[in-house]
Amino acid sequence: MEPYLCSESIHAMDLNQRFEDYIAADQKIEAKDWMPDQYRKTLIRQISQHAHSEIIGMLPEGNWITRAPSLKRKAILLAKVQDEAGHGLYLYSAAETLGANRDDLMDALIDGRAKYSSIFNYPTLTWADMGAIGWLVDGAAIMNQVPLCKCSYGPYARAMVRVCKEESFHQRQGFQIMLNLSEGTDEQRAMAQDSLNRWWWPSLMMFGPNDESSTHNEQSMRWKIKRFSNDELRQRFVDMTIPQIELLGLTVPDQDLKWNASSGHYEMGAIDWKEFFDVIAGNGPCNKERIAARKKAHRDGEWVREAASAYAQKMNAKASSNQTHAA
Amino acid sequence: MSNQSSEWPLWEIFVRSRQGLSHKHVGSLHASDATMAIANARDVYTRRQEGVSIWAIPAEAIAASSPADKDILFDPANDKVYRHPTFYNLPDEVKNM
Repeated sequence: MEPYLCSESIHAMDLNQRFEDYIAADQKIEAKDWMPDQYRKTLIRQISQHAHSEIIGMLPEGNWITRAPSLKRKAILLAKVQDEAGHGLYLYSAAETLGANRDDLMDALIDGRAKYSSIFNYPTLTWADMGAIGWLVDGAAIMNQVPLCKCSYGPYARAMVRVCKEESFHQRQGFQIMLNLSEGTDEQRAMAQDSLNRWWWPSLMMFGPNDESSTHNEQSMRWKIKRFSNDELRQRFVDMTIPQIELLGLTVPDQDLKWNASSGHYEMGAIDWKEFFDVIAGNGPCNKERIAARKKAHRDGEWVREAASAYAQKMNAKASSNQTHAA
Repeated sequence: MSNQSSEWPLWEIFVRSRQGLSHKHVGSLHASDATMAIANARDVYTRRQEGVSIWAIPAEAIAASSPADKDILFDPANDKVYRHPTFYNLPDEVKNM
C-alpha cells in the first residue's frame, strides 16, 4: 500500500513521517503534494541557483559569438548559448511550481541575494576557452545533473531530463574545439594548454566544498534531492577526464596528481578553497561584470515587457468589447 | 522594479511530437498573449524537432484534482480487478481471445 499524502485530518508529525516514508519508498513528490517547508525552501534555493547559473552562464560564452573563427563555429556557439537560456527557463518554471515568483527570483539574482555557480565569474580570454568550457564546465555540470534526473521532486527531475539530453552536445562540441587546437600549430596547442590550466581547478570547485564542510549534504541526500556527495562526483569527474586530457596530449595542471592502482582512482592535489569562497563571496574576477550585464539586459528589456503587456491588454479589451457588441 | 501584477501570465505548453500522437505536457512559460506563448514555446521546447504542433493553455484555466482527494477519486478502482482482462481465466484450448 503506498503511503498517502494529504494535508487534512492528519497530525503534522504524521504528515512528516508519511512524507519521509514516501521518499524512502522512492516515490516522486509533485507540485501540489504536501511537503515540509524546509524541503520546499531547499528546492527553491537549489533550483533557482541552478537557473541563475544557466542564465549567467550565457555571458562568458556570449563574449565569443561575434568572434568565433568560422560560420560553423558561430552557429554552434549560438545554439549552445540558446540552449542555456532554455535550461534557465525549464528550471525557473520548476521553481515556480513550488510557489516561487519569477520576478522575485530575478530580483534576488540582480541584487546579489541569490548565488550562481562560481565558475561563471572567470573571464573567457581566448577562443580555446569555448572549448574548455564546453568540455570541462559542461562536463562537470553533466556529472552533477545526471543524478538529478532521479531527484525526488518530479518537476525538477523532468526539467533535468531535458537539460541532460541537450547538455551532451555541449560537451562534445567543446571537446572537438580542444581536439582541433591540440592537433594544430604550437601556438594553438599552447592556447589549449593555457585554457586547461585556467579552467581545471575552477571546474573541480564546481562540485562544491568537501563533504566534511558542505552544509547542505546530509538532509538533501536523505530527501533524495541529492544522490551523490560532492566529493564522490568530483572523483568521478577526475577519473573520467584525465584520460581525455592525455588523449589531447595536454598536461594536467596538478603536480600532485597520481594514479592509485589499488583504489582504481586518481588522487588529486589540494583544492584552493580560499579562492572558491572568495569567488562565491563576490570577489571573483568577473562577479561585478556579470551582474552588471544581467542588470543592463533586464533594464533594457523593460520597455519591451511593458509594451507587450499593454498590447495584450488592448487586444483583450477589444475582444471583450466585440463580444459585448455581438451579444 | 517589477511586481507580481506586471508579471506576464503563465502558460502550460503541450507538444504533439508527431502526427498520430496526442499532445503531451512539456513545461510552462510566461507570455503576454497566446501568440507570444506559442512563439516562445517553439523556441524553448522544439529546438530539436520535438514537435509538429503546440498547444498553449493559460495555467489559470486548468482545473486540477486535489492531491487530498486522491483516495476518494482513485481508490474505488482498486478493488475492481474484474475490469482487467487478466481477471478471467480461460481454458488453454481457447485461442485468440
